[in-house]
Amino acid sequence: MHDADDKPGNGSDHWLTRPGTIRKLWIGFVVVLASTVLLQSVIKIKGYFGIDSLFGFGAIYGFGCCVLMVISAKALGVLLKRPEDYFDD
Amino acid sequence: MTELVLPPALILLAGAALVALTRGPLRNLVLLVSPLLTLWAIWQVGDGVVMTGSFLGYDIEPVEGSAVRRLFATVFALMALVGGLFAYRQARVYELACAYAYAAGAVGVAFAGDLITLFLYWELMAIFSTALVWCGGGPEARAAGIRYAIMHLLGGVILKVGIEGIVVHTGSVDITPMLAGNFDSWMVLIGILINAAAPPVSAWLADAYPASSPTGSVFLSAFTTKSAVLALILLFPGESVLIWIGLYMIFYGIIYALLENDARRILAYSVVNQVGFMVCAVGIGTETALNGAAAHAFAHIFYKALLFMSAGVVIYRTGKTRCSDLGGLFRTMPVTTVCGIIGALAISSFPFTSGFTTKTLISVAAETEGLALVYFLLMAASAGVFLHAGIKFPWFVFFQKDSGMRPKDAPWNMAAAMVICAGVCIGIGVFPEPFWALLPYPVSYDAYAPGKVLFYLQLLLFSGLAFFLLLPWMRRTLTLTLDTDWLWRVAGAKTAAGVFRLGALVVLRLAIAGEFLRSRIPALTAMLSSTGSLGSTWQIGTTALWIVILLTGYVALYFL
Repeated sequence: MHDADDKPGNGSDHWLTRPGTIRKLWIGFVVVLASTVLLQSVIKIKGYFGIDSLFGFGAIYGFGCCVLMVISAKALGVLLKRPEDYFDD
Repeated sequence: MTELVLPPALILLAGAALVALTRGPLRNLVLLVSPLLTLWAIWQVGDGVVMTGSFLGYDIEPVEGSAVRRLFATVFALMALVGGLFAYRQARVYELACAYAYAAGAVGVAFAGDLITLFLYWELMAIFSTALVWCGGGPEARAAGIRYAIMHLLGGVILKVGIEGIVVHTGSVDITPMLAGNFDSWMVLIGILINAAAPPVSAWLADAYPASSPTGSVFLSAFTTKSAVLALILLFPGESVLIWIGLYMIFYGIIYALLENDARRILAYSVVNQVGFMVCAVGIGTETALNGAAAHAFAHIFYKALLFMSAGVVIYRTGKTRCSDLGGLFRTMPVTTVCGIIGALAISSFPFTSGFTTKTLISVAAETEGLALVYFLLMAASAGVFLHAGIKFPWFVFFQKDSGMRPKDAPWNMAAAMVICAGVCIGIGVFPEPFWALLPYPVSYDAYAPGKVLFYLQLLLFSGLAFFLLLPWMRRTLTLTLDTDWLWRVAGAKTAAGVFRLGALVVLRLAIAGEFLRSRIPALTAMLSSTGSLGSTWQIGTTALWIVILLTGYVALYFL
């Protein structure tokens, strides 16, 4: 799950940072993601308020909420972010 | 069990004093034995009031036992022990002594049977935690420590006002459940909430904790906010305003942590976030909810300490704390990396970690009460915790990019403390039943129903996907984020400076006026002297003439 930030040839030849490994990790991650959703057809998720027992609800809700939170943080950041030395006299 | 010899808090306090006085191996022995003795004493405390006394004419109860009090006291003493192990070779003597005295205050609060005892230990914590912030060293820690002290002394005064009111109006100093219905109880609630880092003053936590030393923040993360949670459990269970205060804290912590660049400040914001879960649970107030609040506090102290430990090791080894300066440390710090990840998974309530078993108790309580909105907000928050702490912290500190640094892994004592905490995180996650026996109310709840595990896996793993897809948006910037502390650090300071300038101006003007008058003194004296225009005697004819004029004027005015 390491992205391209880890520049190869930067003195880092750790196997975890190789592009091939990162590609495999992404594939593995996607397989796990898909299986958590697909497993719901075998394992019943008990919904407490109706909507939360829908197929893949946890996945969509988790993803959607995170996107929303990152966007809200970004928007607030425009208003509230200041240089690090803001409080220094 | 009324033949109790010593209050547990005093054992730890004596230990703190001995830490300051002893040297070498003897001090190490004190660091090890005093929390163990305290733990032993904690488990000798039976249910109910086991010690009474008299203070300023009031009947006080310095030690009162119950399941939830023992649970909190236990985790406080354990944290002193593990924190002591983590810090004893790296921290300075007075830092260790302060940390133990601070822990003693927390243990004292846990067993306080009356409001006066509670207040005394409350202030003990304020004093020694301030000293612990100062142990960070440097002007930044000194300034942050002063702000921290002002905030907590203010909180203490508000709490004291409430306590005085309750004593005057009810005549009782007992700690009994109440609701925030009148001025007195509101003051008590506000005083406690300040220590819980509730809005609008949550900023004190992210201001002070990252200013402390790499070892100090481990202790700071454990005691103040969690003793406030216990005080809320004892005094305000079911006070519904706490649900919304808690939810605010939860999302405040997530948003601010997402914007933050400093690794320890990310963790500080996530303390507010996690305490928000507990405050919300106390607001729900059912047996399951209070179990959840207590259990989550216990689990939280360990995983949060673990996270602060891993951040502390990184700072100790690299001297750097900004995410933008860190990265790629997994290569040479495998133990710290793995322990940091375990802490991060536990805080994110990942299945088979302590956070999963304890946090789901809180959401079950919301669900049982039919609080749909609260339930869905808690679910969203669980996703958000994984986002801001579960992945963001380990990713930016240990992976991300290659910072080029190849620091050594943790010293053995720090590594041992981290492994113990990681063990507790996984232990409570995998075998929750023995832990549930310690909770205040009976637990009949299967945390590992397959459907529930699957739901959480979907929720959390897709949050992880969101993190990696939105990574370009999360690039660290060399910024801080304004908070309500702007009001007292900038607006307050400017207002004070303005008032001071105005005052100085007025004083200056008065001085000038005074100087002017003084320069006129010879002229005034001359005017009033026997030869001056005002002081000389008049002739009788002139005087009579003036009397006639004035009387005529008076008569004329009277008849008009």
